[in-house]
Amino acid sequence: MASFSKSFKEKTAFWIFRIFSFLVIATLFWILEFIFVRGFHMLNWQFLTAMPEDGMTKGGIYPAIIGTLYLVAGSMIVAFPLGVMAGIYIHEYTLDSWYKRFIKLMTNNLAGIPSIVFGLFGMALFVKTMGFGDSIIAGSLTLGILALPVVIRVTEEALIAIDDSFRHGSFALGATKLQTIRRVILPIAYPNIITGLILSIGRVSGETAPILFTVAAYFLPKLPSSLFDQVMALPYHLYVISTSGTKVQESRDMAYGTALVLVLFVLILNIAANALRRYFSKKVKMN
Amino acid sequence: MSMNKIETKNVQLYYGSFHALKGISLSIASNTVTALIGPSGCGKSTYLRLFNRMNDLIPGVRIEGDVLLDEKDIYHSKNLRIDELRKKVGMVFQKPNPFPKSIFENVAYGLRVNGMNHGSFIEERVEISLKQAALWEEVKDKLKKSAFELSGGQQQRLCIARALAIEPSVILMDEPASALDPISTAKIEELIYELKNKYTIIIVTHNMQQAARVSDKTAFFYLGELIEYNATDIIFTNPTEAKTQSYVTGRFG
Repeated sequence: MASFSKSFKEKTAFWIFRIFSFLVIATLFWILEFIFVRGFHMLNWQFLTAMPEDGMTKGGIYPAIIGTLYLVAGSMIVAFPLGVMAGIYIHEYTLDSWYKRFIKLMTNNLAGIPSIVFGLFGMALFVKTMGFGDSIIAGSLTLGILALPVVIRVTEEALIAIDDSFRHGSFALGATKLQTIRRVILPIAYPNIITGLILSIGRVSGETAPILFTVAAYFLPKLPSSLFDQVMALPYHLYVISTSGTKVQESRDMAYGTALVLVLFVLILNIAANALRRYFSKKVKMN
Repeated sequence: MSMNKIETKNVQLYYGSFHALKGISLSIASNTVTALIGPSGCGKSTYLRLFNRMNDLIPGVRIEGDVLLDEKDIYHSKNLRIDELRKKVGMVFQKPNPFPKSIFENVAYGLRVNGMNHGSFIEERVEISLKQAALWEEVKDKLKKSAFELSGGQQQRLCIARALAIEPSVILMDEPASALDPISTAKIEELIYELKNKYTIIIVTHNMQQAARVSDKTAFFYLGELIEYNATDIIFTNPTEAKTQSYVTGRFG
């Protein structure tokens, strides 16, 4: 009897866990299905490469795609070197002390700030004080700061995962700390850092609030000619045509198409991140 | 009359408030193998790591007393550089820890980080070192392959070759065979015996037979103190201290 109830509990627990994980996956598929069914017929060459027309009810989303690509690239140029170097500093150079815990706490707090606050901050600092105006550069800096905690975190995790025996082996051969980091630690850590970086691109590309006051244009049917120009961006474009456009009903299809492009972009990035990590980790072993 | 290669005078070492080495004084002659034995936590590995200053990496460590290499203080000398010291005092760790690089690059690493970048010189040193570590015949056709493709015993010999490449005069070995099978262990021991001609070797081991087989002198540590230091055959057959006697005969440890 006792063993019956024990195995019954065991089975119940197993099924509860299983059902809940299926629910998670089901939710994802539901969202994807929802977007695909409604947006897929919009996907064609013209949609991807044409300017929006007729109050954004027709034409394409080309400037928004390009704008998002610029912002993603710009934010990574800001976040990658800063974040990786901060991560290296935290893990390789600081000893476990109140100082290190303080830096880590602050980085985590940075990650917890609502993205709209980043938007306000970016507007105050980059747009107004530094005088960049609503521009790619102001938006990239704002998004870059938003991505910073993720990049730091990812770098740190990648470094933590590396066994100290590699460091000690290198020190014991007379290598300095910098040589050890450059020649032994970073080559091992790269795959994980790059993967994390691509994942943070996914996050950045979907952010709306930080670009709202710093770069995003409501409607701008031309490509930027300098870093000080405004651009359209996919998430903001989606927001505009589904809530505050002049013809919200008529642009419904455009909205689903835009959503699908954004989702595909992130999906492709995630798949690429995985592929790249696998490729890198093979390569590191070969060298 | 050979001078002492290594000497410590009344060395005290603390990890925070823990007193790990209690006044260790000991002299080691050139071209000998010295075994450090004792139960876990007795301080023998800590003592070994004094000589290439690996203890410095541990936060909160405090060291007093003198540690001399070639009669020069390696802790208090003014223009001493730790990377220069570690070039002279090589180390082989308990677990084989080759870098995720090719076999060739593993051995070349120490040369490169020490500024020896000349291609043919590196090739020459790599070959010599691998031969000294009795690994050349097994790897000469796959130098470009990853070091991770080697067996554990081969990896450990690669780590020995890596240490030899920069021509140290002292080699520290921290239980170099404890993670290896008996055949690989025998190869490492044979190697230690041969390397003695050119290097001063200090080896930490838990294996009494190994200490007896490879070493000229043995130091027995217990609870941070050096209990007895003498020729290996005396330590194992006729030690002065009762504690040494009971440890080497396996009554505790």
